[in-house]
Amino acid sequence: MEVEKITNEAPGVKTFRLKFKNEEEGNAFEFHAGQFGEYSVFGEGESTFCIASSPTRKGYIECTFRQAGRVTTGLSKLEEGATIGFRGPFGNTFPMDEWKGKNLVFVAGGIALPPMRCVIWNALDLRKNFKDITIVYGAKSVDDLVYKDELTEWAARPDVNLVTTVDPGGETPDWKGEVGFVPSVLEKVAPNSENTVAIVCGPPIMIKFTFPVLEKLGFKDENIYTTLENRMKCGVGKCGRCNVGKLYVCKDGPVFTRTELQSLPPEY
Amino acid sequence: MNKLIEKATSLLQEGVVTKVIGYEEGTEKPRPFFCEKAEDTSKLIYNSRCINNLAVYLTKPELLGTGKVAVVATLPTLRSIVQLAFENQLKEDKLVILTVTDSEEVIEFAGFAEIETYLKDFKLKIDQKEQDLIDKLEGMSKEERWTFWVEELSQCFKCYACRAACPMCYCTRCVVEVNCPQWVQPWASPLGNIEWQINRAMHLAGRCTGCGSCAEACPVGIPIDLLTRKMMEDLGEEFGVVPGQPNKNGNVLSTFKPEDKENFIR
Amino acid sequence: MEKRYISKEGLNKWFNQIIQSDKRLFAPVQKGEKVEFKRVKSFEEVASDYIQTTQSIKRVAFPRAEVLFSYKKEEKETTLQDFNPDTVPETVLWKIHPCDAAGFIPLTGIFNWDYKDKLYNARLAKTTMVSFSCQKSDNSCFCTSVNGGPGNTAGSDIQITLLPDGGALAEILTPKGEALVTLAPECFEAEREIKKEDYLADVPVRFNVKELTGKLASSFDSPVWKQQSERCLGCGACAFVCPTCACFDIQEDAKGSTGRRIRCWDSCGFSMFTLHTSGHNPRQQQSQRWRQRILHKFSYMPERIHELGCTGCGRCSRACPVDMNILEHLTSIAQQSHE
Repeated sequence: MEVEKITNEAPGVKTFRLKFKNEEEGNAFEFHAGQFGEYSVFGEGESTFCIASSPTRKGYIECTFRQAGRVTTGLSKLEEGATIGFRGPFGNTFPMDEWKGKNLVFVAGGIALPPMRCVIWNALDLRKNFKDITIVYGAKSVDDLVYKDELTEWAARPDVNLVTTVDPGGETPDWKGEVGFVPSVLEKVAPNSENTVAIVCGPPIMIKFTFPVLEKLGFKDENIYTTLENRMKCGVGKCGRCNVGKLYVCKDGPVFTRTELQSLPPEY
Repeated sequence: MNKLIEKATSLLQEGVVTKVIGYEEGTEKPRPFFCEKAEDTSKLIYNSRCINNLAVYLTKPELLGTGKVAVVATLPTLRSIVQLAFENQLKEDKLVILTVTDSEEVIEFAGFAEIETYLKDFKLKIDQKEQDLIDKLEGMSKEERWTFWVEELSQCFKCYACRAACPMCYCTRCVVEVNCPQWVQPWASPLGNIEWQINRAMHLAGRCTGCGSCAEACPVGIPIDLLTRKMMEDLGEEFGVVPGQPNKNGNVLSTFKPEDKENFIR
Repeated sequence: MEKRYISKEGLNKWFNQIIQSDKRLFAPVQKGEKVEFKRVKSFEEVASDYIQTTQSIKRVAFPRAEVLFSYKKEEKETTLQDFNPDTVPETVLWKIHPCDAAGFIPLTGIFNWDYKDKLYNARLAKTTMVSFSCQKSDNSCFCTSVNGGPGNTAGSDIQITLLPDGGALAEILTPKGEALVTLAPECFEAEREIKKEDYLADVPVRFNVKELTGKLASSFDSPVWKQQSERCLGCGACAFVCPTCACFDIQEDAKGSTGRRIRCWDSCGFSMFTLHTSGHNPRQQQSQRWRQRILHKFSYMPERIHELGCTGCGRCSRACPVDMNILEHLTSIAQQSHE
């Protein structure tokens, strides 16, 4: 893959737009919302990121990552035009066909917006298929919000209810959004749980406090979806790293409903 | 044995310690035993077949818990305890250190200093089989010795049992587990395996107390303790290092002082 | 399946024919106090009086370290060189135990469920297994408790049962076995009246594996994991000597503008196995990792790929520096009463 475009989203966080070096491969490439890939930096290794762009947009894929270890540091040093490797798409998908005609509520925190972004764009590109779309997204501070331009775009759309928030203390003087942790802001927004699917993604601590809020609002576990992050290497269910209970997060996930999560041992 | 069992029972019953780390009979040979109940102390044994170095457990907080712990220490374990104490890895007030003499008397040490004094009366023992191998190696030329180690270490499959069994290998992240940068390759390969053992010998230089747990733990039977032991001998000659009697000036190869000479750096 | 008789001289002759052919042969060889699989060139090198080798022979299909692909960077371009299955040599495994041959079955299961592993399959396809049934066993063996046995032929291409006269009963089980026989067909005589069970070791059943699996299904929160794993040092010895353990790591061997992507053995017992870069570790304690080892082999794998992840060879127990005797632990769980 060639790195076509690099966007600096937040301190330490970048988005890469990648195009296939082989155009034929690029045109034939298909994936579904929720899937991930293994991205290679030759000389450093491989890392797992979700595909953060929508499958409705052809010819390129995008990934967003935070610089944290060896491979992501190697990625951060690359310039536009560089070559990286890609294996994928792996994993299961968000069942968007099953969601037709329903309301969608997206709840995300910080660097967990990327896995949701592909679903959001997918839903927006097929807007007629869904009823109300609500997005609750928060980060530690204004600077840490990712996809700032897209947030503005979504906010401007009349067919999307976007609520952004930053943690108390993370606001700037001209911040017009909410101030508060994502779970409490979600409670305030109080989306209707009838005929609605909730998609949640965020750091473990955010998920821990979001689930009870959704429960309170009347969401059933089989209508709450999340995507798990686990240490992965092979991505195809062989190396054993992401094995949780009898499932492999790379093959049976990373998308799980809350019902499925509850049947898993707490080892993720 | 009765005196040991008596002591362990009273320590547990009186709530002085939450567990006694000792030995019990295993499948073919004695193995480490974590005794938490007074009624289990009858399983405790102590004899020359007890060769695991129990000091390796004393740097694992999840095993020690918050209370006091007793450890039944053989001579090699005592030497490791002294070295670990010197490296600030042990809390004197959280440990009850016991040993059993040849006449089956139980000694409870008042502190690390007393252990050091006690150890002065005992010389490091090497069994005949090891001595034979050492003599064989000493009789080889440099090239023959290299060939010997290349062949032995080609068997190694990097299970890191040597590191896991060594009480001195308590680094929370070993050098081989660092990937930024990747100093030492973690996978098995003939030269990579030699690189790993040389690394161990260097990191243990002046710290190894010659317990032989590394070679004992090695599933494929590579006599790697000879490498660290040779290093220990050399440092004994060059720096007067004695296992079980830490040099008050610091570890020979891992202590740095601002006033160290730097005239060899050109 | 064909049964034949082969004499002592016949065995020797056939062995030598295999050595003369283009196939490389691995057999158990005595090395000091231990017996290991090595490449051999003569019949005399093969060990005779031992119970079990220290390591399994899984490395012929799943090496300790192998190159997945290599790459070369030139300015902004990178070229890759993939693994070439034609480079895999023909291999014969001689005198492996039934538990070793059976060990390749769950291994093949892991490497072929869903995505099919090219490298493993290429290596396995070129491997012919000649197992020898067991006449001796020790306290660490428990093949009969895990659907195996000293004369079990699962996974073998040919099984040899040695007889008091120095000859053997030869069971030729697969086309690969038949092909190996053609190297010296005259050595294989007509079958004789031989009751195989008379020449096998007696390996008592120690626990009921169905009962065990049943108990494991509800044992996740049991204190038994912490109790059993207190002395575990968290090394990889058990996983690496095991014929069925398949967990691996992927590493980078980079040298400037060239490099290789390596696959190497790993163990779920290592503390860093599930560690995230963020520092979060789903299995932070050794007891959780010990539980994963047992549940994966005896609960998750049977549920998922309908294979037990253990053949009862006992190598893990023998290799463990602190005597984590798996048979002891499993028996204790199987006998637990529900509280």
